[in-house]
Amino acid sequence: MSETLHEFTTTIPEWRPRVKPIALATASQAQLDALKVTPSNTKVSDYVLVLANDVETLTARTPLFNAIMYNRGGMGRAERELGAIGASVVNRCVYCAAVHASRFNQLTKSEEVTQRIFDDGEAAELEPRQAAIFRFAARLSKTPSEADEKDMLALREAGLKDDEILDLILSAALFGWANRLMHTLGDPVAKEPAA
Amino acid sequence: MDAVMDEEDLIARQAGIVPAGPVSAALEGRADILEMTRKAAEASLRPAEPGGISHAERAAIAVRIARLNGDDALAAHYAAMMERADVSGSAAILADPGLDGAGDARLTALTGYIDLVSVAPKNTVAGDIETLKAAGIGDADIVRLAELTAFLAYQVRVIAGLKLMQVTA
Repeated sequence: MSETLHEFTTTIPEWRPRVKPIALATASQAQLDALKVTPSNTKVSDYVLVLANDVETLTARTPLFNAIMYNRGGMGRAERELGAIGASVVNRCVYCAAVHASRFNQLTKSEEVTQRIFDDGEAAELEPRQAAIFRFAARLSKTPSEADEKDMLALREAGLKDDEILDLILSAALFGWANRLMHTLGDPVAKEPAA
Repeated sequence: MDAVMDEEDLIARQAGIVPAGPVSAALEGRADILEMTRKAAEASLRPAEPGGISHAERAAIAVRIARLNGDDALAAHYAAMMERADVSGSAAILADPGLDGAGDARLTALTGYIDLVSVAPKNTVAGDIETLKAAGIGDADIVRLAELTAFLAYQVRVIAGLKLMQVTA
């Protein structure tokens, strides 16, 4: 069995659950609806099958997650991903950080920013707008939140408008949620080489 | 105040958002997200099928997490919800971050998970889930507990961020 990964990577690992995923064969109709299982779509990740144990919250969470990360308008997609990465670094969710760093890299067509973040964590030096976004997301992710008026003014000085700041708050906060599921209910492990 | 109405604009009220101001306008642009957030709160705090964690215990856990985040106003909101549900002995223990389970194995496991995952999720290890299982908490209830703890981490940060937006608007 593969070892749990503890270091940040942009190679997306596998996720090994610590609690039992539901079995599709015995799933309720509400669970099948939440999983969007149809005769032509029966491929569901272990992570989502674990979350289906609480089908009411999963049903509410999936559209909320998609709206915060992908809705039109407001902050651009790459910057929302940067908010997600800030939270994932503070919470050390190696799996979440890998997924969202690789999305950020695809959207920006560069690996430099995420490499700096993975190398230096919260101390990573970034260009001013990205630095303000990353710093705010990281500090909002502490318990209690350490984000302060200075961090908020830095966002405004970097040119972010109210709708963009709201989207940043939402994406960083959303990963306070996602990290706490992914990082506690399972382990990131290296993908087994194909047999 | 009517309990359902009380939930509708919870986040904006808790954050002290001024009506017809710039932050209020930004929130109107994301009204769908606020509505979905309210539904997620309902699903994690007052689900139709609560499993092994009662509505009163869920509200109590929310009081605890709000307090761990230093948000007394949100803690007061959930304390009122807890009292409407039923203030049993277990809820009173769960609501108080100064208590770690009062010798009860189930409550000790619950508070141990909630405190660690709320405050220092980076320090969680596989053994934390084994501790819950050893205390007799089943897989479905572990996921319910994880969702509730994680949802509250989201809600408390949305409020904290909006407060900063409002005071600097």
